[in-house]
Amino acid sequence: MAEIIQAEKGGGKKRAKRILPHMDMTPMVDLMMLLITFFMLTTSMSKAKVMDITLPDKVIDPEKQQAPKISASRTLNIILGPENRLFWYPGGVKPEEYNNLPPLMETNFSADGIRKLLLDRNRALFKKINDFNQQVIRGEIRITQDSVQGAIRQLKNVDDTGPIVLIKAYKEANYGNFVDILDEMNICGIARYTFVDIAWYEEKMVEAAVARGSSPAATSSN
Amino acid sequence: MPKIKIPHKSPRIDMTPMVDTFAVILIFLMLTATMSSPEPATVDTPFSISEKPTPDFNAMTFLISADGKVFMNFDNGPDTLLKYRPKVLAEMGKRYGIEFTEKQLREFQMYPSSMGVRIENMQAFLDAKDAAERKVYQEGIPMDSTNNQLAMWIQYARTVNPNIQACIRGDSKVEFPKVKRVLDILQDLNVKRFSLVTSLEAAKINLEEIQQ
Repeated sequence: MAEIIQAEKGGGKKRAKRILPHMDMTPMVDLMMLLITFFMLTTSMSKAKVMDITLPDKVIDPEKQQAPKISASRTLNIILGPENRLFWYPGGVKPEEYNNLPPLMETNFSADGIRKLLLDRNRALFKKINDFNQQVIRGEIRITQDSVQGAIRQLKNVDDTGPIVLIKAYKEANYGNFVDILDEMNICGIARYTFVDIAWYEEKMVEAAVARGSSPAATSSN
Repeated sequence: MPKIKIPHKSPRIDMTPMVDTFAVILIFLMLTATMSSPEPATVDTPFSISEKPTPDFNAMTFLISADGKVFMNFDNGPDTLLKYRPKVLAEMGKRYGIEFTEKQLREFQMYPSSMGVRIENMQAFLDAKDAAERKVYQEGIPMDSTNNQLAMWIQYARTVNPNIQACIRGDSKVEFPKVKRVLDILQDLNVKRFSLVTSLEAAKINLEEIQQ
């Protein structure tokens, strides 16, 4: 305990031996322990993060507003299916051919699945972003953190080779998959992606794919 | 020969440094503490790589529980004197013909967590004495097309605080159409930028594969 060491006075008067005032700090320590434990348990140290998304304008009058025209060769449709399944098909489908819809390819949320698929298509842009980041890390480019984001956005804006990803959700998909797929877009540095409503013929395609079962032929490997 | 007297001292540990350290830790924790207020439903947020922190103010958060109930929370603004919460509630009261008392408004201003109360039950909810009694009223904000109270809340929250930002905090297990409904309502009200609340998770990319 807190003790004050008093210098012994040599010789002099003999004094009555005083007992040093001791303070028992044990209750205080106990209390402090309790408070520390309480605060440690109640504080949420890691603050939740947010991911920003922007949705396109809602089409109110389909006759007046025309859907933006995008080239079919760059389009990649990703459909979130039931039970964490993930389907995709390239290009567009003509709804008139609803009797002869192309089969959906199936993939998954792993690094070998959708991420590989997206990176394959987005290699040029991803490489550019990655090179840029490496240069910043090595100190070859001196730039503030805010400008890094701006510069990456600029790289994404001028990109014209990467895929245009349309994300659609089947009615039995769950919210976790939706966040996962948006996250995947950020990981792979996809410049153009948006979330759109699923069309009726796409719902039919999903139903067909689910009915077909998990077909081994249609995997992510192509 | 006289005996040498060894001063007999009981062995004591000097606790002062320990107490000092504890005091420092305690003060640190007290100052950095942001109380995690109990939410009406536990939500497992999905993971993402995003590192952007949640905004401290000017945010309206929609909590979507695993069973599809929607709760809403918004703050008083960057300064508590702005009193955005009671203002929004007063507007809501005007819209639905309910007169809230001073005390109820104050109670709503102080209420820390999300609420999912029908506006008809709001007075009873605010007059309730304890949390258990309040929980009965937390049944999710109605958002059918005939009784779209959620849209009204969003509209008044945005009128009172034009800088407000929409955050969606959904359980990763909730069916997507429930979330879609909230997104649709927001989109109808011209809110196009959202933040999805997630937990941080690192992503690994095989760089060699990319370099090919």
